[in-house]
Amino acid sequence: MADPPDHSCPLPSDGVINRYFMEHRAKLLDIAAFLDRLDRSEAPESTEADFRVEAMRRAIQLLVDEKGERAKRILELFSDPTTDPIPAAPMKGATGAYKEPTP
Amino acid sequence: MRYIDPHIHMVSRVTDDYQRMAQAGCVAVTEPAFWAGFDRSSPQGFYDYYVQLTEVEPKRAAQFGIKHHCWICINPKEAEDVGFAREVIALIPQFLEKPGVLGVGEIGLNKNSKNELEILEAQIDLAAKHNQLVLVHTPHLEDKLKGTMLIMDAIANDGRIAPDRVLIDHVEEHTVGHVLSRGYWAGMTLYPETKMTPQRAADVIECYGQERLWINSAGDWGCSDPLAVPKCQQEMKLRGHTPETIERISYDNPLTFLSQSGRFSIE
Ligand SMILES: [Zn+2]
Repeated sequence: MADPPDHSCPLPSDGVINRYFMEHRAKLLDIAAFLDRLDRSEAPESTEADFRVEAMRRAIQLLVDEKGERAKRILELFSDPTTDPIPAAPMKGATGAYKEPTP
Repeated sequence: MRYIDPHIHMVSRVTDDYQRMAQAGCVAVTEPAFWAGFDRSSPQGFYDYYVQLTEVEPKRAAQFGIKHHCWICINPKEAEDVGFAREVIALIPQFLEKPGVLGVGEIGLNKNSKNELEILEAQIDLAAKHNQLVLVHTPHLEDKLKGTMLIMDAIANDGRIAPDRVLIDHVEEHTVGHVLSRGYWAGMTLYPETKMTPQRAADVIECYGQERLWINSAGDWGCSDPLAVPKCQQEMKLRGHTPETIERISYDNPLTFLSQSGRFSIE
């Protein structure tokens, strides 16, 4: 039997930073550029209301709340919170964020 | 370093991929039955696919010293037409007798619809009646958390299949804890874009331990990487994980789960 997980990464924190900082700096800039691109695109009022972008804006808040388990909580934020099967599958794919049914 | 890729759709990959996988340390693969990227027009289309999985792919893999095994089912993306799906399910028992067939899979849900659930329950019944292992596909993106819970409830409500004979695949940070705490095995799928990266998979191993957890590429006809498992081994090594831990996740754990079928062999 393996020891129970101690939740620690074997790399020391400076090792984590040295190994991953550049990669995630670039990903952060991708998000910034995406939001800038949205600002520059036509019909900003409709994109402002887009459920996916709205979910992303809420998810970004979780990055800086210092409460830990950020990946898990962001995945939960994007998830369908309902529990009953839907009547019929409308499509095969998924959109990446939960959309409230229009009343 | 040797490894098993326990979830990969080799029918969609070229023979060169088998060669590259063997060179990277792959000794065995298991291939669940899944959606081809289009809906098959007849149950006969599934029959032919099952022949490909049970007869053609093992020979192609053997050229490179890789043992090929498979799982048979109708996948959830083609389960919305219940009458059609039941015709396909009627074809499955004859294939469960074939050598190299490890169980029923990858069954599960896609959009969490009532019809998908009905066909999932029918295939849980099939697996229970034939005493088969089960490999579960969980939905992607916003549908995953709800679908994972519905699937585990359906298996528990049936009650005949022990959780340790079920692998729930495509877990992410928000589902892995639920799956492991209910006694199931959990699979992490390493996908270049929409699923886990090797980095996140290594994080999950650090946070949730090495019990009942494996990694796979789920390489298929979409953007995917048949060498994802050795890339994750490399990530773990660079982080300072021991060779024993890496081997446990990428070789020992799949061997332990799959050997319950009585049909898994790497010889
Ligand atoms: Zn698959």
